[in-house]
Amino acid sequence: MERVLFIIFAAAAVGSALNLIAQRNPMYSALSLIGTLASLSALYVTLHAQFVAAMQIIVYAGAIMVLFVFVIMLLNLQEDQPRIEKQQWLRYLAVPFAAALMAEALYVFRNVKDIRLPAGSDSDRAVGATWSIGTSLFTDYLLPFEVTSVLILMAIVGAIVLARREDG
Amino acid sequence: MTSLLLEWLVKIAVVFAVLITSVAYLSYMERRVAGWIQIRVGPNRVGPFGLLQPLADGLKFIFKEDIIPIKANKLLYLAAPAAAIVPALMTFIVIPYGSEIVLFGKQIALHVTRINVGLLYLLGLASLSVYGIVLAGWSSNNKYSLMGGLRASAQMISYELSLGMAIIGVLVLSGSLDLVNIAQSQSGYWFGFLPRWNIFLQPVGFIIFYIAALAETNRVPFDLPEAEAELVAGYFTEYSSMKFAMFFMSEYLNLITSCSLAVTLYFGGWNGPGVNSHPWLSLVYFLVKVFLLIFLFMWIRFTLPRFRYDQLMWLGWKFLLPLAIVNVVVTSTVLLLAS
Repeated sequence: MERVLFIIFAAAAVGSALNLIAQRNPMYSALSLIGTLASLSALYVTLHAQFVAAMQIIVYAGAIMVLFVFVIMLLNLQEDQPRIEKQQWLRYLAVPFAAALMAEALYVFRNVKDIRLPAGSDSDRAVGATWSIGTSLFTDYLLPFEVTSVLILMAIVGAIVLARREDG
Repeated sequence: MTSLLLEWLVKIAVVFAVLITSVAYLSYMERRVAGWIQIRVGPNRVGPFGLLQPLADGLKFIFKEDIIPIKANKLLYLAAPAAAIVPALMTFIVIPYGSEIVLFGKQIALHVTRINVGLLYLLGLASLSVYGIVLAGWSSNNKYSLMGGLRASAQMISYELSLGMAIIGVLVLSGSLDLVNIAQSQSGYWFGFLPRWNIFLQPVGFIIFYIAALAETNRVPFDLPEAEAELVAGYFTEYSSMKFAMFFMSEYLNLITSCSLAVTLYFGGWNGPGVNSHPWLSLVYFLVKVFLLIFLFMWIRFTLPRFRYDQLMWLGWKFLLPLAIVNVVVTSTVLLLAS
């Protein structure tokens, strides 16, 4: 049973990935990518990682790919620049806020070992369940987890800075 | 194993039939409520009280000419209604619509299935439902459709965030992503009379959830994607016949699912007095609660005017989202201090 499902979804994932690069129309490519992501999510379910599977759908298929499709649709349209109100004083607040966040993060990193967590049942402790993922992300792997999120934040800010360079 | 499979199939068939029938009669109810609120009559000619009107409408949909615009992208134009209705039909299976009843000497739990990430499953499918609308708008090759599709995707991305954040409050309280557990955790009373519903602990969360659900289902005052005064009919301008009906049905299905989810998360699900001795009552309580919330949706629709687009975005990003984050922080802090 599991093997049959694996073959079906693995074939679907590879097939739609090939279709993604074969298509000329960007909309078809985006839809194929959604097909790949959905098949991967199904593969996660066969590995009993339901949480990862649901996150795959919510984050990639439901949020990021919607943005991709959105951009593809907008490519045919004329640009309509929204006026962004500049708030100069915000940049002076940035330093103390960042310092406070850093202090908070350091405090948590130092104290994370002493935190007592509510005990999970055996089914919670299974690899791939919500409880076990949450627990390991916020205790054993706290530093990599936080560093990754900071990295993503830096990438977002960097992308905006690069895209708006002409403003000086 | 076969009996379990049979139970599943029967449940799926029953839920499917009930959902489709409710969709038909919601269209009737909507028009009657509209007539009642706006002091006019509403459909009352076909059958007693106009009760056969949905049947007549259904027949009409089937016999209408099915038009595909010449310049449309045919494949996606045909796929879009299916992409809209399939997720809408799939979401309901994790919602517990009753406790356990005994039928034909067999213990039957009144939910199609339970998975330990049921709520995430529901959110995931809800986030996929935007593709039907986006594809319809894009493939029709019509500027009104495209504008409608764009507005829909922007609106749904914006309000999904607030919706998810609002739900976190309930998750922190019940400690489970399984909707059956969430419903069960709300049984019993505080001080002997106040039901243990999450609405009393999460009033702000519920209001955020309800507003975001209004926006997610594209209902007035958030029906910008199909604003008829400016966009003809929005993303389904070019659609006719059953394809149009499929968008219509998916909208009502999403409405039912949103209200059922609101009942499960905030109004104790199927809980109510006498449920333990008479399990059948749980089904009645659930249906009554969902009906009342749907009525509230309709009441809002025929009372409020439509938002302007920038007001919609302002409300989503600058009001609901910060409020939802504050709600999460306050809930978790209180829970931490109380434990």
